[in-house]
Amino acid sequence: MRAVPPATGDPVRRPLPAALAVATAGALTLSGCAGAGAINAGGEDPLVVAIVANPQMQDAIALQSHFEAEHPGIEVNFVTLPENEARAKITTSVATEGGEFDVVMISNYETAQWAENGWLTNLQPHIDATEGYDADDFIPTVRESLSYEGDMYSVPFYGESSFLAYREDLFREAGLEMPENPTWHQIAEFAAELDDDEAGVAGICLRGLPGWGEVMSPLTTVVNTFGGSWFDAEWNSGLTSPEYREAVNFYVDLVREHGQPGAANSGYGDCLTHYSQGRAAMWYDATAMVSTIEDPASSTVAGLSGYAPAPVVQTDRSGWLYVWSLAIPATTEDPERAWEFVEWVTDRDYIETVGEEFGWERVPPGSRISTFENPRYQEVAQAYAQPMREAIETADSDNATLHPVPYEGIGFVAIPEFQDLGTRVSQQISAAIAGRIDVDEALEQSDDYARSVGETYQREEQ
Amino acid sequence: MTATHLPSPKAARAGSGAPPAPAPRPRRRRGGAGGLALTLLTWAVTLVFVAPALWMVLTSFKQEADAYTDPPRIFFEPTLDRFREVFAADFAPYLGNSLMATLFSTTLVLVLGVPAAYALSVAPVRKTKDVLFFFISTKMLPVVAVIVPLYVIAGRIKMLDNIWTLVILYTAMNLPIAVWMLRSFFLEVPRGIVEAARMEGASLPRVLWSVMLPVMAPGIAATALICMIFSWNEFFFAVNLTASQAATVPVFMTGFITSEGLYWAQLSAAATMVSLPIVIVGWIAQRQLVRGLSMGAVK
Repeated sequence: MRAVPPATGDPVRRPLPAALAVATAGALTLSGCAGAGAINAGGEDPLVVAIVANPQMQDAIALQSHFEAEHPGIEVNFVTLPENEARAKITTSVATEGGEFDVVMISNYETAQWAENGWLTNLQPHIDATEGYDADDFIPTVRESLSYEGDMYSVPFYGESSFLAYREDLFREAGLEMPENPTWHQIAEFAAELDDDEAGVAGICLRGLPGWGEVMSPLTTVVNTFGGSWFDAEWNSGLTSPEYREAVNFYVDLVREHGQPGAANSGYGDCLTHYSQGRAAMWYDATAMVSTIEDPASSTVAGLSGYAPAPVVQTDRSGWLYVWSLAIPATTEDPERAWEFVEWVTDRDYIETVGEEFGWERVPPGSRISTFENPRYQEVAQAYAQPMREAIETADSDNATLHPVPYEGIGFVAIPEFQDLGTRVSQQISAAIAGRIDVDEALEQSDDYARSVGETYQREEQ
Repeated sequence: MTATHLPSPKAARAGSGAPPAPAPRPRRRRGGAGGLALTLLTWAVTLVFVAPALWMVLTSFKQEADAYTDPPRIFFEPTLDRFREVFAADFAPYLGNSLMATLFSTTLVLVLGVPAAYALSVAPVRKTKDVLFFFISTKMLPVVAVIVPLYVIAGRIKMLDNIWTLVILYTAMNLPIAVWMLRSFFLEVPRGIVEAARMEGASLPRVLWSVMLPVMAPGIAATALICMIFSWNEFFFAVNLTASQAATVPVFMTGFITSEGLYWAQLSAAATMVSLPIVIVGWIAQRQLVRGLSMGAVK
């Protein structure tokens, strides 16, 4: 195009380049020069840590200055995303060797699978070489769930199991008493008794939202304790077995008859809202719930709850085990620096720091025995510390079902296909909770999915 | 969500007040009751559109527990704590990245789109329709279908977590829409003006620069604003292709969503902050915008 001088005196065009220049300069300043990366004093790139946006991780970000003061020359940049986005992004990055992250937050679902694929740095040599790190202080079930061939490939930030929260005041008013080890059938009776439409209090809150990490987590523990399983020892689908059917029918009937309104759309977050605002008499879910429901700033029922172990039917226990942990991808250029951060945030001293800075009710629990034995933690957590500890210590990922199965995991099946399989099945279950299809129909359809996954493992074993 | 801020009643008033428009007046005189009904309906529709944004702003001043009450609370003790938390989360780099991605991509879209649309409207050739459809066909493939190849390519050429990757993608994303919009604006300009300039001996680029652009300014402003809104709000590319250096404000916002706690008030405060720049730009450009949008609407 031929350059033509702009016509003078044009009121429309003149301010535009100036405004654009100012805005661009502002953008460059704010973003620290074209996203090239803030270079720290030591001249090294900052450590990039991808984490899930949960309250305990937000506290870790807030304490970042402590780490940087103790480790001059290492700057940390956090990438914080909600659970689903974080999982997708971290999986993509680690599996395709994208290399954006030096430290990633994963869980006991991924650790062994990824270690087997060679995607993670073996942390055992680092653990052994770090004086005072005290890996024996990790709760044995937690340590085991993050190990592959005897070596830890990720270290726990916090762990959780599942238990039942119930409103002691409502139980007292109704003249009910929670047994020490309740069964699911007892819980169903309590739910029927306490369900009060007029007062807007549901008998029980249970997840119904589709998602392998939503409705399938509590439901799988119910299936396990009813004697069912996803697959039998020969990888045949167990979804249409009488036990699986009975468990799903029980769960769906319970939540439809005495559960919260709109249960098919209720995930953990929704149940948290219901229970913490006094709109449910019981709630079976992750032990992590306590940090919100016992916090008077966000809950109207703080101090009113009792906690019972995960209800059972045929097994002795049924609580799941889920551990948020930190790992170093194999692509990380400087695993030594990455380990310095991982060590800092999972060390006993870090828990002390959180307790002193933010209060002991906010420490990440469920990773170290010493946390449960700390008197200051016991003081603030006396209502729930013991049931939580027992639930985590007794959650056995290798023997969660009544009959032997070829997979590990309690609230999930630790195979890569489970994210897809679990989500598809959960959509059917959620439709049954919504009343769009009946349970038998949902399980017939789900059985097709599970069979095709099972067949791939049967072929491998042949 | 930010788009819902834009067609505010003020903008509409400013727009109708700008050019002397005798046309609506006789209509107003026609019937008091009908006019009143129309006004009320307009207000009702506006309220429906603006209500979610207003609720977001209201929620941002609440404590988390107040944000979750049933029935929802309109009266409560307001607090600025949520905004403090947003600023404590180091908002500035994300804002800078978003500004860069938005401004550079919009500039590139205009630099490439204006000549393209001009050529397609002033000097149509036999295959003009095909060219236009080719442009728009690039929008037909869902982005999720190309994200894996894009991610792998960006990774191989070391362009992951780089703001220029987003600038290029946003330019490609907005260019087809911009060409279609700009072309409809070019077609609005009476042919007589172009022909008169050509008779005076002006070349086609000269006609574009000195004749068409001044007339087209509102249309270009409207196109630019649409492109800016799309780039500013874009989440999918941003969340997948950036990490710590090039993340934009929509990615920043999602950091407040948690699966293990209450977060509506905090998220509302972040969303309010993130929406502000686009609302301000829309406010400043409202006169051009209404003229520009009505220009396109006639076509």
